[in-house]
Amino acid sequence: MSQSADKVIDHEMLFREPEYQKMLADKKEFEFNHSDDKIKSVVEWTKTEDYKQKNFARDSLTVNPAKACQPLGAVYVANGFAKTLSFVHGSQGCVAYYRSHFSRHFKEPTSCVSSSMTEDAAVFGGLNNMVDGLANAYSLYKPDMIAVSTTCMAEVIGDDVDAFIKTSKQKGSIPEEFDVPFAHTPAFVGSHITGYDNALLGVLRHFWDGKAKTTEPLVRVPDDSINFIGGFDGFVVGNMKEIRRIFDLFGVKVNIICDPSGNWNTPTDGEFRMYAGGTTKEEVIAALHAKATIVFQEYCCEKTSKFIAEHGQEVVVLNAPMGVAGTDKFLMEISRLTGKPIPAQLEKERGELVDAMADSQAHLHGKRYALYGDPDQMLGYAAFLMELGAEPSHVLSTNGTETWADKMQALFDSSPYGAGCKAYPKRDLWHLRSLLFTEPVDFMIGNTYGKFLERDTKTPLVRMVFPIFDRHHYHRYATWGYDGAMRVLVMLLDEFFEALDGNTMEIAKTDYSYDIIR
Amino acid sequence: MTATVEERKASNKALIDEVLKAYPEKMAKRRAKHLGTFEEGKPDCGVKSNIKSLPGVMTIRGCAYAGSKGVVWGPIKDMVHISHGPVGCGQYSWAARRNYYIGTTGIDTFVTMQFTSDFQEKDIVFGGDKKLDKIIDEIQDLFPLNKGISIQSECPIGLIGDDIEAVSKKKSKEYEGKTIVPVRCEGFRGVSQSLGHHLANDAIRDWVFDRTDPNKRPEFVSTPYDVAIIGDYNIGGDAWSSRILLEEMGLRVIAQWSGDGTIAEIENTPKAKLNVLHCYRSMNYISRHMEEKYGVPWVEYNFFGPTMIEKSLREIASHFDDTIKAKAEEVIAKYKPLMQAVIDKFKPRLEGKTVMLYIGGLRPRHVIGAYEDLGMVVVGTGYEFGHNDDYQRTTHYIKDATLIYDDVTGYEFEHFVDKVKPDLVGSGIKEKYVFQKMGVPFRQMHSWDYSGPYHGYDGFAIFARDMDMAISSPIWGLTKAPWKS
Repeated sequence: MSQSADKVIDHEMLFREPEYQKMLADKKEFEFNHSDDKIKSVVEWTKTEDYKQKNFARDSLTVNPAKACQPLGAVYVANGFAKTLSFVHGSQGCVAYYRSHFSRHFKEPTSCVSSSMTEDAAVFGGLNNMVDGLANAYSLYKPDMIAVSTTCMAEVIGDDVDAFIKTSKQKGSIPEEFDVPFAHTPAFVGSHITGYDNALLGVLRHFWDGKAKTTEPLVRVPDDSINFIGGFDGFVVGNMKEIRRIFDLFGVKVNIICDPSGNWNTPTDGEFRMYAGGTTKEEVIAALHAKATIVFQEYCCEKTSKFIAEHGQEVVVLNAPMGVAGTDKFLMEISRLTGKPIPAQLEKERGELVDAMADSQAHLHGKRYALYGDPDQMLGYAAFLMELGAEPSHVLSTNGTETWADKMQALFDSSPYGAGCKAYPKRDLWHLRSLLFTEPVDFMIGNTYGKFLERDTKTPLVRMVFPIFDRHHYHRYATWGYDGAMRVLVMLLDEFFEALDGNTMEIAKTDYSYDIIR
Repeated sequence: MTATVEERKASNKALIDEVLKAYPEKMAKRRAKHLGTFEEGKPDCGVKSNIKSLPGVMTIRGCAYAGSKGVVWGPIKDMVHISHGPVGCGQYSWAARRNYYIGTTGIDTFVTMQFTSDFQEKDIVFGGDKKLDKIIDEIQDLFPLNKGISIQSECPIGLIGDDIEAVSKKKSKEYEGKTIVPVRCEGFRGVSQSLGHHLANDAIRDWVFDRTDPNKRPEFVSTPYDVAIIGDYNIGGDAWSSRILLEEMGLRVIAQWSGDGTIAEIENTPKAKLNVLHCYRSMNYISRHMEEKYGVPWVEYNFFGPTMIEKSLREIASHFDDTIKAKAEEVIAKYKPLMQAVIDKFKPRLEGKTVMLYIGGLRPRHVIGAYEDLGMVVVGTGYEFGHNDDYQRTTHYIKDATLIYDDVTGYEFEHFVDKVKPDLVGSGIKEKYVFQKMGVPFRQMHSWDYSGPYHGYDGFAIFARDMDMAISSPIWGLTKAPWKS
């Protein structure tokens, strides 16, 4: 018996005790597993070029993808508007998953309801679910707006969400003038970033284009304001704060469209706030009149950007710019659009970042990285790595397209550190596993799911991509702007130093390099 | 807890009336059936259950896919489980349940992986059967040591009319009788996870028990003491801390369902002398089936907290000879000092503290004994997806005037906790941060908040420590700024 009241041990150590080890060994008698030799030989085979070829030849099976489905992006967007309830039309299990997924990443509550469609709705359509659902959601949670999106179920049966919302209003579920923007977000098209795009477009279209033909479209009266759209971002809590600070330093009033940072950053003070922060309706309306919109992530906002441009605004599209040149470009765009000079404070921060990079570049120079995640962020991280003299050797995006890969290639071509680097669109983490064995790198940048690759290939993982479940509070810190890049730099360096220390720790064998000054 | 039983019944009623006022009238009537107070002596908890959730409320429930893939099939470690349909369902359920296992992941073990057919629009239009066919070939190519494949249907599969059964049969034949199991667990079926458990059990019956060639089943020499653990998903190693006790009392565990389980273990279970069933809700179906078809009796047990463990060990032993009965007593005696030490240490800090629970499966009742062992009182409980038989079984655990809430909505739960002001809430990840914001200590009782195991004697020590650390954390004294109090 290894457990004791004095020192309670849990799973990490308990099962290493001899009685459990014996039990687990005995259990094998009933598992009828393959022989150890056979397992070993397959393990070795999966590390080979031959396996890689087979792995890359598959065209139907997806294993460990680095993407989620559209409605997740729609729920993200709904969370970015003030007092807005996210309502997913479809079966209820999906919503349980979206709420859990966000809660596990942000360690915050995530509110969202569903229309709980079941078999009868599959046969007769989900109209009644929408009518009753909107009434319940409105009565219980007293939102100012309900943002509707769909699941694959509602899309396959072809529910007409626009008509359903109108019928619900006629039946008195919600007041006629109540705002219910909507978006079709089928899970079998695109990914969570497509859902972000569709849902955001749904909100803008609702307010700008006459609320589903119930009012006159708004008329644009251009002013000097600037809009900012961030895109799907796991670091939104820290990043939105940084973006606001940057615009403040410029003295430019920024209109952030879709800011969920308030909802995912509420205090523990005895009160649960279901709605906190977010873009207000007034801000959405005012956004039409802005001089320009800066879209921080192109692939999250393809349709939205087009829509905004069609309404007469200049749209500046970026790819999650990061690091020195990326942030330079972002700031110069703000300066160009507003006619205001780059603030001295930011210029100083730029110098501080370059200073830090100069101090530390020796450690990262020439290090090879494998990256995976959303297409825009891959462009941002890869550019920053190359500025540090590091090589983004394998850049993989399950939801990236061939066009994205071309853009990645152009980025690689722009620097000597991009030589030999390659982008992998529409590939998953099992493809990456093969790459990590056949063409090893020094580090990985990705999300929590990458820890399985870290275990299998011993490639240290820097967690900088959504979702991050197994580390806490990363989302509270910015990754954007010079200050954000500083944080990213420190994370890259920390992982490097941890790996180096870990590799030089063995007493009387390798600890000659266990230096106190690095 | 100073109020009398009658006072608590009255205040529960007032509370329920209050929350119902927030609903539209018709919906209030529907919700009223799910909220109540346990009356001593009644055969159930007086609430309706296993009924559709209201649309538009924040139900905590999941879906049939979650019940089948996430609970029953997912933990079977040497099979590849395909999330068949769009990418999301597999992604969100990927490795989240902490079903511990020993194995080489990606080679002979596949639990913490996400295999999906990643349906695209063309698959919806033209059907996914051909793709599924190809996927099985690719699995065979790249994961040759897999012992079987299951196909977990997501919503679109049933809607577009794919014939996954035909594909399964065809491919099984192609691969020499390989176990390939289609499960029609589309998320829109039924009202919660619960139907998914049932469908998954039926699939084991139809596609494993009935189809596996008896000549191909792995052989082992039976003993009179062979038992199978049914309905333990090895969350944080629960099945292991349970198994060790069964083995200590002289029984031989020939299978674990399904935590750390293998397809061979599942296939051999009909040879067990007794099936010991922990999660009644998710696996009573297959246990009943094995009783009817193979004559394997089953017994429910509860391994939360020493009182219930003791009772359960004796109950299990009662199905065997005196040797086992004597050994069960030895086991109980052996762990008594540890249990006493745990209780002596933690009870003084937890005595009289109140708990509200809202969980799935068996836990809304099974953990009550463990809390009581620590001197704590469960004042409210309810099931995400319980049926009437769960509520009947709950009466053995709860006290008169316990607040009962079936398929509770976020609105109701927040309101109840706000008014009852328990010292601890035990529920899931979606609820956790809501209550912590309110300043209420919380433990995730689906996943043990990444701790565990909680089953068995070793697990109870962890359970007690965890409840104490949740409640006694200095954090809760800091939620109000001093200038505000």
